[in-house]
Amino acid sequence: MEREVIFRIRRFDGEKTYWQDFRFTARKGMTVLEGLYFIKENLDGSLAFRASCRMGVCGSCAVKINGRPRLACETQIFDIGSTLEIEPLDNMPVLKDLIVDMDGFFRKHEAVKPYLIRRDDDYENPKELLQTPEELHAYYDFSLCIKCGACYSACPASATRSDYLGPAAITAAYRFCADSRDEGREDRLNLVSGSDGVWRCHFNAECSEVCPKSIEPAKAVQRMRLMSAIHMIKSIFR
Amino acid sequence: MEVIKSDIVIIGAGLAGLRAAIAAAEKSREVSIALISKTYPIRCHSVCAEGGTAAVLREDEGDSFDLHGWDTVKGADFLADQDAVEFFVREIPKEILRLDNWGCPWSRREDGKIAQRAFGGQSFNRTVFAADRTGFHEVHTLYERSLMYPNITRYDEYFVTNLFIEDNAVKGVSAIHLKTGDLVFFNAKAVILATGGAGRLYGFTTYSHQVTGDGLAIAYRAGVPLKDMEFVQFHPTGLIPSGILMTEACRGEGGYLRNRNGERFMEKYAPERMELAPRDVVARAMWTEIIEGRGFEGPYGPYIALDLTHLGEEKIEERLPLIRDAARKFAGIDPVEEPIPVKPVAHYTMGGIHTNMWTETPVKGLYAAGEVAAVSIHGANRLGSNSTAECLVFGRVAGEKAVEFVQGKRFSEITREEMLAEEKRLFDEFLGRSGDENPYEIKKELNEAMDRYFWIFRTGEEMKKGIKKIQELKRRYENIEIVDKKRGFNTDLMQAMEIGFMLDLAETVAVGAYARTESRGAHYRLDYPKRDDENWLKHTLAYYAPEGPKLEYIPVTITKWQPVERKY
Repeated sequence: MEREVIFRIRRFDGEKTYWQDFRFTARKGMTVLEGLYFIKENLDGSLAFRASCRMGVCGSCAVKINGRPRLACETQIFDIGSTLEIEPLDNMPVLKDLIVDMDGFFRKHEAVKPYLIRRDDDYENPKELLQTPEELHAYYDFSLCIKCGACYSACPASATRSDYLGPAAITAAYRFCADSRDEGREDRLNLVSGSDGVWRCHFNAECSEVCPKSIEPAKAVQRMRLMSAIHMIKSIFR
Repeated sequence: MEVIKSDIVIIGAGLAGLRAAIAAAEKSREVSIALISKTYPIRCHSVCAEGGTAAVLREDEGDSFDLHGWDTVKGADFLADQDAVEFFVREIPKEILRLDNWGCPWSRREDGKIAQRAFGGQSFNRTVFAADRTGFHEVHTLYERSLMYPNITRYDEYFVTNLFIEDNAVKGVSAIHLKTGDLVFFNAKAVILATGGAGRLYGFTTYSHQVTGDGLAIAYRAGVPLKDMEFVQFHPTGLIPSGILMTEACRGEGGYLRNRNGERFMEKYAPERMELAPRDVVARAMWTEIIEGRGFEGPYGPYIALDLTHLGEEKIEERLPLIRDAARKFAGIDPVEEPIPVKPVAHYTMGGIHTNMWTETPVKGLYAAGEVAAVSIHGANRLGSNSTAECLVFGRVAGEKAVEFVQGKRFSEITREEMLAEEKRLFDEFLGRSGDENPYEIKKELNEAMDRYFWIFRTGEEMKKGIKKIQELKRRYENIEIVDKKRGFNTDLMQAMEIGFMLDLAETVAVGAYARTESRGAHYRLDYPKRDDENWLKHTLAYYAPEGPKLEYIPVTITKWQPVERKY
């Protein structure tokens, strides 16, 4: 099955922002990403967007499609309709067309110490750590974040406060705090308990709504809040 | 022009590049390490590795280094260098444990130990895994770990354009900072290439869009030989129509391959190993079934059924969740209920930059690790779950060797003339050029030619046509025009350059394959269907020459496993 579709793309060439329509014939099964490649290769080579794995794993191609952040590679054109409005993600500066500057987003992720911390870390002689399937399940779903930025784009707290760590970074912090092998919880709680941290969240759970991996960042933020509250009370009595 | 000085420059931030950076930083907190990537590190293609990483962890349960080594050498159809294989199998277990200590969510047995599964050509269940997202979790674990080291500086979204070599010693690279469009020069004492394979040469492929063989082409053009490029792996199970990888773990967990008569046809081709024979054997069997008319007919041509329905929903959800999700999203099929439509798909570059087993290239200070390199442990056919393993082991070796190399060395400057020449080449001559060819049309025709002439079954006559086609495309490429003339985030310029890289690499595959008049591993010729150890138990080296690759041959290192007939 084939039919004509319109990709209405919000473009930015470094100076001005404008909307441009591209019409072409799409076939059943064609993804939005394939549509973008079709435009670049046949209609306008200057169209800029990010993409790599085209299978929902690398996190490159998140854009807003009819107002909602989605992975272009996982979105079927015909599931959206005949006219698709495609825009760059929100809450990050636009560099060109659909490409936003994600340096700040990644810096926030780095800031929460998103790695396993262990006092017996021995590079030369690593030892097998035991972790039961139940212990693995306690954090596993939160380890599936692909850092695509969809949650960050949809987050109202990130929109109003540029220093807010945001749902992806806090989810990363939670993922390690919930790992039975980790000993760095205190470090991380200090990092996420400040004015740019978990208390900034408005709790409207848009992040969980738009996450393409169904990770529920809002749940991670809520759990980090609980940990953070206990941590703060404990530190008063220390 | 901006010049950044760094003792070690690593190009590519996938599994091998990240592992090299960590190894270098662990070995010395003093050396400066620049990690350059044309994407953000976690966007690399290594995240697409699904099934697992092979490692001998349970000698007490019957596995051994000798067995892993033998499986690898036999899988390689005896073209692997056995000293490198012996080293490799002994080193990989430690890498698995390091990743465990750094947070990798390995799948577990009930007793809490790291779980392992069956894989093709591996005669013990030795493939360590994290569900069917192994590469994804390995990359994220290494990336996160790399954040702990202050002497690693990342340069994300820098596209490397050239390598600078003087007196057979490397002295740096040039790269376009995509955000600004500025050309930046990295002056280095050692350079590690870790940019992955060349799979986007083919149209039907598992590879990410970004895997265009940049490091291979840049090294090749700078005079470094490429080894065994004619050996391209076709993975048996690419999802139709996208080519998305349906991991070998589908069969490792008990999945079947069936033809349109419902037969598990592998019993004709590999009665002992069945669906878990090595990939070259399974891919050829599937293609034979298709050619002989026993494939299913679908809207995108004939296919084979990958049947998981007997595994049950619980097992599929636990062990193969990504496969289920991808089959649903990209083919509209739930593997719990129906078989998955698949056919063989271009998947891995066995060949690569010529290195010895210490990742050293013939150029001083230049190292290569991971899929970009041919160490060579995979020979003519790589076993499943040995590639992520290779990235970890030889990424580490490259990082350590580079640190040893830079001790007491001084920088050799990239000259102003060299910088101006590179700027002129890229922006005046390439971006500024006008012509009437569309680079993407050339890429499309290249993909079609590779899919047609250099696929699973090859003949001299067809390959000759393919070589002619590639040469025609190279001529037409001289006349391309890049539409986007602006500097900032010019993906049009980047992709046009990538297509140029791919044309050169395609020629090394084509010429190497045409010259090799035998069948070995993944290189199968209908006109020479037998392996010929007398004449061809040797590695191909392709050297750059303006008129096309120049071939030389070097012997294979054999330590303890003499070539025998390969049966499964």
